[in-house]
Amino acid sequence: MLESSFDILHVDDKLSLVFKGKLTIYNISNFEQNISTLSLYNIKTATIDLNAVTFMDSASSILIYNLQKKLSHNNIDIKLLCENKEVLDILLLVSKQKDSAEKLIHKDRKTIIQTIGKHTYQNYLGFLSFMSFMGELFFNKLRYITSIKYIRLKEIAFEINESGVKAFGIIALTSFLIGLVVAYQSAFQLKIYGANIFIVDMLGISILRELAPVITAIVIAGRSGSAFTAQIGAMKITEELDAMRTMGFDPYRFLVLPRIIALIITLPILIFVADIMALIGGMVVAYLDLGITSDLFLERFNEVIAVKHFFIGIIKGPFFAFLIATIGIYRGLKVKDDTQSIGFNTTKSVVESIFAVIICDAVFSIAFTNLGI
Amino acid sequence: MKNIIEVKNIKTIFDDRVVHNGLNLNIKEGDIYGLLGPSGCGKTTLLREMVMLEKIQSGSIKIFGNELSNIKHEKAQELRRKWGVLFQAGALFSSLSIKENIALPLVEYTNLSQDMINEIVEFKVSIVGLKANDINLYPSQISGGMKKKAALARSLAMDPKLLFLDEPTSGLDPISAREFDRLILKLRDMLGLSIVMVSHDLQSIYDTLDRVAIIDNKKIVYEGNLENIHSVDSKFIQTFFAKI
Repeated sequence: MLESSFDILHVDDKLSLVFKGKLTIYNISNFEQNISTLSLYNIKTATIDLNAVTFMDSASSILIYNLQKKLSHNNIDIKLLCENKEVLDILLLVSKQKDSAEKLIHKDRKTIIQTIGKHTYQNYLGFLSFMSFMGELFFNKLRYITSIKYIRLKEIAFEINESGVKAFGIIALTSFLIGLVVAYQSAFQLKIYGANIFIVDMLGISILRELAPVITAIVIAGRSGSAFTAQIGAMKITEELDAMRTMGFDPYRFLVLPRIIALIITLPILIFVADIMALIGGMVVAYLDLGITSDLFLERFNEVIAVKHFFIGIIKGPFFAFLIATIGIYRGLKVKDDTQSIGFNTTKSVVESIFAVIICDAVFSIAFTNLGI
Repeated sequence: MKNIIEVKNIKTIFDDRVVHNGLNLNIKEGDIYGLLGPSGCGKTTLLREMVMLEKIQSGSIKIFGNELSNIKHEKAQELRRKWGVLFQAGALFSSLSIKENIALPLVEYTNLSQDMINEIVEFKVSIVGLKANDINLYPSQISGGMKKKAALARSLAMDPKLLFLDEPTSGLDPISAREFDRLILKLRDMLGLSIVMVSHDLQSIYDTLDRVAIIDNKKIVYEGNLENIHSVDSKFIQTFFAKI
């Protein structure tokens, strides 16, 4: 059964538009096309016949309203035929509402230059806001250091437990596996040359100087950096940060500095753990694959690996920690009042802190090599 | 009564949207003062400017005689201890229990003994009408009405003279909302508070407010008591206060 129909009759300069049946939002799309392609050339009068319409919803009333507008815009006399009270009511309602409503202002589409300009300016503002964050951080740090009662040991201890002690397991496991893998790959190559014992030199330098610090920093960036952003971001959404400020509790003192200090303390310790575990992984492979006993391994290690390599790895710790913590917290403070921005900023915080760690490592690498260390 | 808050010629612009274009108002000691207006008119923004969460862009706000736009850090800290703020959703610290939340300002700012702090917390809890055995719960474990009461108790912890409330009855059922209104009136009389609040709740407005300022179209269209509010020519006032 056809629920509705729309017929167009063209006689001389008269147009007659006949609607029939139930007009609803589901079946008017065809009519809309017919209307938009309607030729109004040479037409003087038009009749809109709604007598056979049994039901009409607001969408189809808008269609009729627009049709009337279009016809009268072309100086055509309109005759509306309709006796159904309900249909008239809804037509009246729509036309009243439409006449009084303000037109939605559609935003102009921006040209590419405007878009580039806007993005550049926003990035510039982002840079400025990071600088002001750093400025406030250093200013607060200064006060922190000059006054002992300002230091919040309880929070620092809590954060050390959260981001340090609880990370021992994952750091130990990751670095053990990294040691294993690196040793296994190099053992294969070294066997070709019969240079088995040099695995000690290779592992010692690469793990102590580079692998352990960077792997530890990346794991911590994923673990603690994201946690900082999400925690502080959620506190911002629930207005806890505002509440702190109005009570005169500086969030920098309560939330920011304890986290940074805790991470600066823990990261070098975690790197030390990673050193040990990665070397144990290397020793296992050296024994199984190359037949180097642990005694021989450690003897050779003692002989060829200078202690400076160890310290170079450890000294990177606090720098990486500072980068991870500040970026994580900065991103947390950037969270706006919607839940989506927590996800956005957490992603950004992890990506940016890993990137920053790698850049920082590269700078160290160049600096130490040029200094001959 | 003397003015405790003086707002002069405040202008606020976000991006390219003008929120306030020259607001002036005075709040007297002992008043329960309402900031009203259609949604999006910048009531909460003005409140945030008063409590120094939002920077004042142009104009001046004086609270207890201190100019906020160029206030020194120490002075600002001192001022913050003289007022309490109740946020819309309470903003209790989620990592602390209700008791710890209320005790926090006392622990941080005073050298009182733990026993004394517990006494004070018990007193504040009983004023706002919370049950004594609820205070060991965490904010996530209590209802919306209890959260508001707990947050009110926290904002009263330091015995402020001035209280800022951001939509205190929003999200409460009508019975709890009326109860909250009575609580506010009781507190004002008991503790001699001055209260500034943003509200949309008509019943609460009639029950509690002494004086109101109505922000519409970026300006204050009316400031004064509720009796002769109908004489004002403003679309918002005519529709908002039409029913009663």
